[in-house]
Amino acid sequence: METTTKYKRLLPPMRGLARDFYSYCKSHELRFQKCSGCGQWRHVPREMCAQCGSFDYEWAKSGGKGQVFSWATTSQPMLPQFADAVPYAIVIVELDEGVRMATWVVDVPPDQLRIGMPVEVVFDDVTEEVTLPKFRPRK
Amino acid sequence: MHPLKDKACIVGVGETPYTRGTDRSQLSQILHATKAALDDAGLKPHDIDGMVLPMPMPTIEHLAANLGIPDLRYSASSNIGGAAPVAAVQTAAMAVALGVARHVLIPVGWNAYSGAGVRGAGRSGPVGLPPSFGLTMSEYYMPFGLAVPAQWFAWLATRYVEQFKVPLEGPASVALAARKHAQLNEKAFMRGRSLTMDDYRNARMIAQPFRLFDCCLETDGACAIIISSAERAKDLKQPPVYISGTAEGHPLPADDIPGRKDFFKIGLYFAAPKAFEMADVNVRDIDFVQIYDCFTHIVLLELEALGCCKSGEAGQFVQNGRIELGGELPFNTHGGLLSEAHLAGLNHLAEATRQLRHQCGERQVKDAEVGVVTGFGDFGDGSLAVLRR
Repeated sequence: METTTKYKRLLPPMRGLARDFYSYCKSHELRFQKCSGCGQWRHVPREMCAQCGSFDYEWAKSGGKGQVFSWATTSQPMLPQFADAVPYAIVIVELDEGVRMATWVVDVPPDQLRIGMPVEVVFDDVTEEVTLPKFRPRK
Repeated sequence: MHPLKDKACIVGVGETPYTRGTDRSQLSQILHATKAALDDAGLKPHDIDGMVLPMPMPTIEHLAANLGIPDLRYSASSNIGGAAPVAAVQTAAMAVALGVARHVLIPVGWNAYSGAGVRGAGRSGPVGLPPSFGLTMSEYYMPFGLAVPAQWFAWLATRYVEQFKVPLEGPASVALAARKHAQLNEKAFMRGRSLTMDDYRNARMIAQPFRLFDCCLETDGACAIIISSAERAKDLKQPPVYISGTAEGHPLPADDIPGRKDFFKIGLYFAAPKAFEMADVNVRDIDFVQIYDCFTHIVLLELEALGCCKSGEAGQFVQNGRIELGGELPFNTHGGLLSEAHLAGLNHLAEATRQLRHQCGERQVKDAEVGVVTGFGDFGDGSLAVLRR
């Protein structure tokens, strides 16, 4: 069996609704649940709509554009798997569809991050199986 | 009038020494603290017939077996992190007021320094996370390298500092006040170690905007309190401290910080008005606050949620000695999680009780009649108790 991946960082467990979310990422599509009852977008994925109570939803495609809402710059190594990345920022991005997600903004040092900074999604194929949705500044 | 107002009392408080390094298990720590609380109340282990556990380890069964409780009539647990001890007070108050139990024990033992504390996360991944937000974390945060409290609280604090241009003197005033108060508390782990503004400013960054002294301690020890009905409290050893108001509150969603519509509507924002209304007390009338101080910026958010000042203004509010002993609203007179010890905030309830009994010696808040204790758990669960003598 070929073992080409050198990726040592933590990976999401591919189960349940998380598997659905990351499976779309693997196809380089950023999709979020959208309630079939009231049209509300949501993330993190849920079994039912917190707004109208419907169990029905579709995985709707996001335009992948948004802006920086907040971030957490990790100055000391806290997880051994990410020690080489310090300092790094776990950024909260607010998508134009209204949902927010935890991610990274690439090509921007943490001290250059600003609230409202416009960003767009890029897909990082970290292993054969897993693709993480990250963001980069957009003009 | 609220049916639970002043119907239950804190009748006993006790603790072990607060250390870094211990030979005792968490169970042993809890039993020692429980014994101290029973002695304080003038009760025997067999008098305990109810238990509310704010932390899952050890189990209720373990504790009851060790204490030899012949008839444990009520048991419950509150699994909302640092909001749990104060939320447990509400649960215990309901139990004794309704006669479901006579004397309810609330214990917290945590060998966070020697055992599986947050620092354990750096080696082996998050330890003992409640499954609710542990799931969100493992699926959507950990792949991006976020797994410890300093990181997720930094999400809140970064937005807060950026949005309101909070001056460094805000969080610094919180850290310095806590450390100053710890110097007057023989139990405080940081007694004998003073802190200056220069020390604060020059300390290493942990997770921005948190410098070292913005972060709470990891210590070893245990604390316990006992709740009884107001009727029974009258016949016990100590002056009763009445539970006048209690409430808990939760942000929506409580298991995902980024997903919140209003970032600063933390649990305490929902809980505070209910507890003040129940107690029939105005926030301006309280003599001290013991605030859940996991991180200094979170103390600022809590002061705003309590209604002490407007949103975004706590960074100014806390300056110039206002939250120090002798100031308008003394805060964490024992040193808190920042400078006494980390007992998930149960030590805040013990301190508030002693303040209202006027047993605090040189750190006593003069003529203290009413005090407030808050809890803050996990991603924003909140709780508070309004206590009076």
